[in-house]
Amino acid sequence: MSPADGVDSIAAGVRSGSRSAAAVLEEHLGRIAEREAEVHAFTLVTDSAARERAAVLDERVAAGEDPGPLAGVPVALKDNLCTRGVPTTCSSRMLEGWRPPYDATVVARLHDAGAVVVGKTNLDEFAMGSSTENSAFGPTRNPHDTSRVPGGSSGGSAAAVAAGFAAASLGSDTGGSIRQPAALCGVVGVKPTYGAVSRLGLVAFASSLDQIGPFTTSVADAATVLTVIAGPDPSDSTSIPEPFPDLRPSLERGVAGLRIGRISDLPAGADPDVAARVDAAFDALAAAGATIVDVEIPAFGYGLTAYYLIAPAEASSNLARYDGVRFGLRVDAPDTDAMYMATRAEGFGAEVKRRIMLGTYALSAGYYDAYYGKALKVRRRIAADFAAAYGRVDALITPASPSVAFAFGDKTSDPFAMYLCDTYTIPSNLTGDPAMSVPFGTGADGLPVGVQVLAPALGEPTMFAVAAELERSVGVGDG
Amino acid sequence: MGERWMHEGFEMVVGLEVHVELATTTKLFSGSPNRFGDEPNTNIDPVTLGLPGALPVLNRHAVELAIRIGLALDCTVQACTFARKNYFYPDMPKAYQISQYDRPLNADGRLALPDGTVVGVERAHLEEDTGKSTHLGGSGRIHGSEGSLIDFNRAGVPLVEIVSRPDITSPEQARMYVSELRSILVAIGASDARMEEGSMRVDANVSVRRPGEPLGTRCEIKNVNSVRSLGRAIDYEARRQVALIAGGESVRQETRHWDENDGRTHTLRSKEDADDYRYFPEPDLVPVHPDAAWIESIRSALPMLPAARRSRLADACGQDPDSEAVTTVVERGQDEYVLAVSAAGGSAERALVHVKEAFAEAGAAPTLPAARLAELTAMELAGALTATQAKTVLAEMVAAGDGDPAAIAAARGFEAMDTSALDALVDGAIAADPDAWAKFCAGDPKAVGALVGRVMKESRGQADGRAVTAALHARRG
Repeated sequence: MSPADGVDSIAAGVRSGSRSAAAVLEEHLGRIAEREAEVHAFTLVTDSAARERAAVLDERVAAGEDPGPLAGVPVALKDNLCTRGVPTTCSSRMLEGWRPPYDATVVARLHDAGAVVVGKTNLDEFAMGSSTENSAFGPTRNPHDTSRVPGGSSGGSAAAVAAGFAAASLGSDTGGSIRQPAALCGVVGVKPTYGAVSRLGLVAFASSLDQIGPFTTSVADAATVLTVIAGPDPSDSTSIPEPFPDLRPSLERGVAGLRIGRISDLPAGADPDVAARVDAAFDALAAAGATIVDVEIPAFGYGLTAYYLIAPAEASSNLARYDGVRFGLRVDAPDTDAMYMATRAEGFGAEVKRRIMLGTYALSAGYYDAYYGKALKVRRRIAADFAAAYGRVDALITPASPSVAFAFGDKTSDPFAMYLCDTYTIPSNLTGDPAMSVPFGTGADGLPVGVQVLAPALGEPTMFAVAAELERSVGVGDG
Repeated sequence: MGERWMHEGFEMVVGLEVHVELATTTKLFSGSPNRFGDEPNTNIDPVTLGLPGALPVLNRHAVELAIRIGLALDCTVQACTFARKNYFYPDMPKAYQISQYDRPLNADGRLALPDGTVVGVERAHLEEDTGKSTHLGGSGRIHGSEGSLIDFNRAGVPLVEIVSRPDITSPEQARMYVSELRSILVAIGASDARMEEGSMRVDANVSVRRPGEPLGTRCEIKNVNSVRSLGRAIDYEARRQVALIAGGESVRQETRHWDENDGRTHTLRSKEDADDYRYFPEPDLVPVHPDAAWIESIRSALPMLPAARRSRLADACGQDPDSEAVTTVVERGQDEYVLAVSAAGGSAERALVHVKEAFAEAGAAPTLPAARLAELTAMELAGALTATQAKTVLAEMVAAGDGDPAAIAAARGFEAMDTSALDALVDGAIAADPDAWAKFCAGDPKAVGALVGRVMKESRGQADGRAVTAALHARRG
């Protein structure tokens, strides 16, 4: 991708009239035509609506209007974000034929900022997975090596940006579903502070963990998109009522004087090529003036277990509404109970059913205290450990994913091996703190490696300062 | 204390769960109207239907009404959280109900019944209502029906569930509890609390035991649709349990359905078939912390509660607070009017009787000016009108919405009968019915009615009944 395809560059060109939204769109649709059959990033390409939209934006610019900070920027939306009148599938058979009567808040904000939606992207069914292999519509392939997975669950959104199908995309991150595919596809992916971005119109997986965030090719572009979608929304009770902080000053701030934490008791499991890149990241930050501080987060390693109780528990409740009564798939049967069972048996894939069963069990009478209740205690403990660490450091660095992109089928027979993909990303969802993945060179087979930057709640300005520094340092010959 | 319920040496122990729909403009978690009786499925939106991506936003007015209920029931109003209660039913759009579980808004209150009994209130929490199913064909229940129609207008309507402690020991107390609760809810404007429209629904937990023994196994009785049915259902159920125990069997914990037609309860589902609701904290909502200033402002705006109003009215009228006239008039909200009549120089005692009898349809604020009724009662007290004549005059005033009682009485020829005319009529009655006179003289209290009736008839209603009775007693000596 050339820098000219970045969000800020496109918006600047379209706003100034030096580029037309229509021309920008055709470049992206051209790449879609060329490679989408191979990559399969989309569940739906909305090319004609996008063309109409681009034409309107060009007219507005010609009339002297400013469409906004995303003027003419082609964006792709994970297909668990509601789009008014446009199918929203969650890559599940269950939502067959459903067209939401409303836009997600983030979709409305992208629109108001001048973006052009090019399509809805593929995901692991209901965002449950780490490879996009759980889609009812077939997997997405990694644009860097189409024999490998793009990561997941927002694999389609990551691949769409990596392949140049869109300048930016939105994903959702419940346990790493933005950061891990961003790492595997070599793009920037941000999970904001819980409550920074409205969840209204995001089809819920695990409501206390879900957060929407952007994929872009640069840290600055991610700041632009995040600034557009973040901020209070009275329609989401968990939305943070204060204005979202300004990220612009962070991008040039550098890391001089910042204390960057290295988690000394981080659970093992990262491949050596990935670990080497993380070490290089610490070196680069130290060279740029940061102080590297060793910290301990003893409960870090319990995150995965707690997550696989809390997330399925919430999912078992969130997904109970797919009963064939009001929308989506209905499989007819002689009576209501049989209709529920037939609909849910046919509508959901294996991983979704597995998690519904796990979660139902964890919440059941007699098991609640041992499972869900204990997981909540672990969650509080992890938050306390992170809070203690943030008393000593401004940000933390870890791998985003334990490995580079893996081959299709590598982990599908072993759900637990797949769950381990999220070891390093899950704690931020449990604490609600922000974290992002930044491409930082390559590992085995020349595949991208992502470094994860973590910060305390609403610490996005610091997080972006660190990420921008990593991006700069990899740009000067390290990658 | 009401009549104590005992059957073959057993007493009953009853706790009531009362659901009331709050009188808000909109639903608990969305902006759709909260309105009864509209065209089905018109008051709906993505939140009501549980569409994917929809999120609940708590209605502040519903919280305020729920706090009013809590304060009126002397509860502790506290910081609270919402929880999901999970179960499948076609009219439950999300397959979970947003309710409150371990941290209810109102806890640990009490309700004093008119007979002096104090019933503990364990909690009064907020939750959303479900939609309404109509099952076609078959028994009217979902199983065996040909099809079901679902109306989601009611889904998401705010409810407060008021859970009493098992402090109720007779059907009469249960009826009193519900009636008193209903009066309170109406008085504080929290709900219209109409059992027949379903805006107030009562489930009863019933068990029996020998006095002094620990609590017995309870059954929950559903489908009780009136205060009268509540008493019947509890009585039936307690007797059924006593019969089981007396027959050497034990009571099974289960939910039972009251059948109004055969006057019995029937098994709906046993404990083993009960849903496991898998409660957990609702992640789409944040905890509610009602601040002290808000609670105090709600408390200070609460109107006088029915019990206090009954005492006030009873004092003004010289009656018992739990007399039927006082209870009825307060229930209707007409006590202020009676007091206004008294303040305008009328007789509170007579006004109470007239309002109870003549204003059954009039609503809380009768249109007849209180001063007019005051004039009428003054004429009665002065002996210018008999009770019967006053009633006739009042009927005319009520029909017209106003009127001068003196003018109406004059137009109808109502004049106070002079003593000699009355004496003549009394003599005539004694002569015409010597049997009644003899019985009256022998001390039969019923006999006086026949004699008074005869005088009234002869005078065409112009005689004052009390004066006639007094005259008869004077004759007997």
